[in-house]
Amino acid sequence: MEKGRAGLGSDSPEAGGHLVRLAPPVTDLETLKSHPALARLLDWNASAVQAAKFDRDELTIWVDKALIREVCAILRDHTQCPFNYLADLTCVDWHPLEPRFEVVYHLLSIPAKERVRLKARLDGSSPALESVTSVWPSANFYEREVFDLFGVRFTGHPNLKRIMMPDDWEGHPLRKDYPVEGYR
Amino acid sequence: MGPQHPSTHGVLRLVLEIDGETIVRLRPEIGYLHTGIEKTCEAKFYQQVVPLTDRIDYLCPLTNNLTYCLAVEKLLGLEIPPKAQWMRVLMNELTRINSHLVWLGSHAMDLGAMTVFLYCFREREDILRFFEMISGQRMMTSYFRIGGLALEPPLGFFEKVKNFADRFPGNVDEYEGLLTGNPIFMMRTKGVGRISAEDAIALGACGPTLRGSGVDIDLRRDAPYTGYENFKFKVPLGAEGDVFARYICRVQELRESIGMVQQALAGMPEGPIKADAPKVVLPDREKMKTQMEALIYHFKIITEGFTVPAGEVYQAVESPRGEMGYYVVSDGTAKPYRVHMRGPSYANLQALSKMCEGSLIADVVAAVGSIDVVLGDVDR
Repeated sequence: MEKGRAGLGSDSPEAGGHLVRLAPPVTDLETLKSHPALARLLDWNASAVQAAKFDRDELTIWVDKALIREVCAILRDHTQCPFNYLADLTCVDWHPLEPRFEVVYHLLSIPAKERVRLKARLDGSSPALESVTSVWPSANFYEREVFDLFGVRFTGHPNLKRIMMPDDWEGHPLRKDYPVEGYR
Repeated sequence: MGPQHPSTHGVLRLVLEIDGETIVRLRPEIGYLHTGIEKTCEAKFYQQVVPLTDRIDYLCPLTNNLTYCLAVEKLLGLEIPPKAQWMRVLMNELTRINSHLVWLGSHAMDLGAMTVFLYCFREREDILRFFEMISGQRMMTSYFRIGGLALEPPLGFFEKVKNFADRFPGNVDEYEGLLTGNPIFMMRTKGVGRISAEDAIALGACGPTLRGSGVDIDLRRDAPYTGYENFKFKVPLGAEGDVFARYICRVQELRESIGMVQQALAGMPEGPIKADAPKVVLPDREKMKTQMEALIYHFKIITEGFTVPAGEVYQAVESPRGEMGYYVVSDGTAKPYRVHMRGPSYANLQALSKMCEGSLIADVVAAVGSIDVVLGDVDR
């Protein structure tokens, strides 16, 4: 494997010191099939999986945004490796690129001690996605937070209101086009 | 109830719908402490984010430092020397004891036992002195840095910790003597704020709140980081899922943590405390004054930061309150593109409604205390 210096500049090759080489990400679906989450999803509906990446010991699966709730339910009910715990749900804004938003789900299987990251891409014009509160009730606060700070709507959410900011706040602070100092 | 209420441990507002003394519905209202730390991080260099992480959870700043540093080190592919790893375990376990002591003291005080509070803060003071010794700060330590530690621990530090560790199990006996068999405490906690294992998982509870319901999970054992695989410890589990079970879990954790402190002291390796990566880790003060190269690296890191290869990492760590996760996205520049903190208190707070609905108003105080909520961690 070629030794990479983790992109820390190229002027002096010795300067890397204790940096270990980073393995290049694996994106080939066939190679990654051994992961239980990906295997189950390909088995269920191969068209739901848009892409997958294994990087820095973490597996990311991009899924079709229209199927996100079904995908989550399928993974939660996995027989050998049930992803029964929603560890985290958040969003990344890639403004000005399109599709602008990526909603990120971090799932944990408590019995099998496996983790997987799901991602759904959304357009910037009117970002909306089906809520997963029916799969994991814990998604409630996280989805409200993403709605509050990014302006992504979750259809079917029981109580989609602002959670961090005041109810009459204008704008969504974590969007990249929102200034760090706020509007004055 | 709240936002200014002595038993909510911060500015938490609970909207209670009641039928007489019985709670029909409980809804937490949060956001009073929201400071936009996630947004601020995006405007800072990677190394400038470390002090911000202290401010999230004021009871375990070192755990926050650790989680962030581990995430960035994983992004960089940086290896940490053994002494720094052992020091990180040592300080992390002292932080856990510190956090659990504040929890135990304030929880007991909420339920009417004043003495425990004074005893707990007596020992906590010792730990804060240790923090002051190594970092110069009692609370906002910023002691862990990307690539290792900020400073070499001072002379006499290990002996002082050793004295404390030898004494501490006796102190835990003292707290337990006041609470564990105490009929008033048992009546206020047994069968109160009960939550089943299924509900706790579904609602995203973590840490002692989840283990109190009998779910066997501890990230230090299940997904070891920073050298935890070298340590022997038990994971205390409850079965009842009530306030008392969570109390027992945490008190047992105090004993396990002090055992790990002893192991860390006994096996502390020699060697450097920082990774040898001059483009990422600041040089020693001495080197900087004598070597031209070190000065240049210092100048470059301070003024331009260091670039991190593009990618993303979710690093989870077992904090005193449960799974603390940092999701760091890099776009290849010197500033993080996105930093998201998964606060354990935020997750535990969702389980509170389930614990309280159908019980009495007075039991809310016990239940809030038992999930050990830190509002800085909830609102970020």
